[in-house]
Amino acid sequence: MVVFVQVAPPDFDRLFGALADHPRRDIVRRAIGAEEGIVELASHYPMSFAAVQKHIAILERAGLVSKERTGRRKIVRTDLERLRQVRRLLDQYEELWRGRIDRMTELIATTTEDNP
Amino acid sequence: MTVTAVRKDPKTLTMTLEAEFAAPPERVWQLWSDPRQLERWWGPPTYPATFTKHDLAPGGRAEYHMTGPEGDQPHAYWEVLEVEPPHRLVFREGLSNADGTPNSDIPAFIARVRMEQVSQGRTRMSIENVFPSAEALEQVLGMGMEQGLTAAVGQIDALLVEDAVTHG
Repeated sequence: MVVFVQVAPPDFDRLFGALADHPRRDIVRRAIGAEEGIVELASHYPMSFAAVQKHIAILERAGLVSKERTGRRKIVRTDLERLRQVRRLLDQYEELWRGRIDRMTELIATTTEDNP
Repeated sequence: MTVTAVRKDPKTLTMTLEAEFAAPPERVWQLWSDPRQLERWWGPPTYPATFTKHDLAPGGRAEYHMTGPEGDQPHAYWEVLEVEPPHRLVFREGLSNADGTPNSDIPAFIARVRMEQVSQGRTRMSIENVFPSAEALEQVLGMGMEQGLTAAVGQIDALLVEDAVTHG
């Protein structure tokens, strides 16, 4: 499993590119700069304030963004460490499954030889 | 290389993986439906799996444990939700205590498996896993993972940050 990661590092472009249309993906991206509050964030999307609030709440529960108070404003900030951590976990999970697929393939190949 | 596609979404904690096998769906299905064959691929060689219960019927359960190099034995279970041989299997997977009871501290996650014939004697299998929390994913990985991978992947951290900013 370790070997595979070294040979083929994950394709980040695909990850970020594929998720570009996803509203939550977009919120996470905007909140990397930690400059906007919920009202400002909501103004970017053709959906209700409540809907954006809901997305942020989901992201918050996942630990991907947090709200912090600066003066009278509440800023939404992306937790990059968390994002990396989750990404690493998914990478490891992928490796686990790649190992399983390899073993399934082997099993099919050997049994096909045994009983053609 | 039989894995044909992988999609990972860190925000929704979802991983989808597609693979193709040179066998009809019926044969690929056996790898799931026959516990002795399942044991030969579910766990990595360092953590072989032993299924002590295996009832692939809606509402049925499967129970297994893995045995690590130091003799450690993580236990887990499947709660079977949908079965449609040889095309579809949906189950909830969770960790168990040593006595087989579900470990309720760790939320279970859903696995959706699909198999379809793409051409004569060729099957595409897709697996979709949706995790309820990063902790659940972490716990699942704690079963049967080799040490050292985290460090290897950690080296690419800087790239990820760069990428996130560049695409922002």
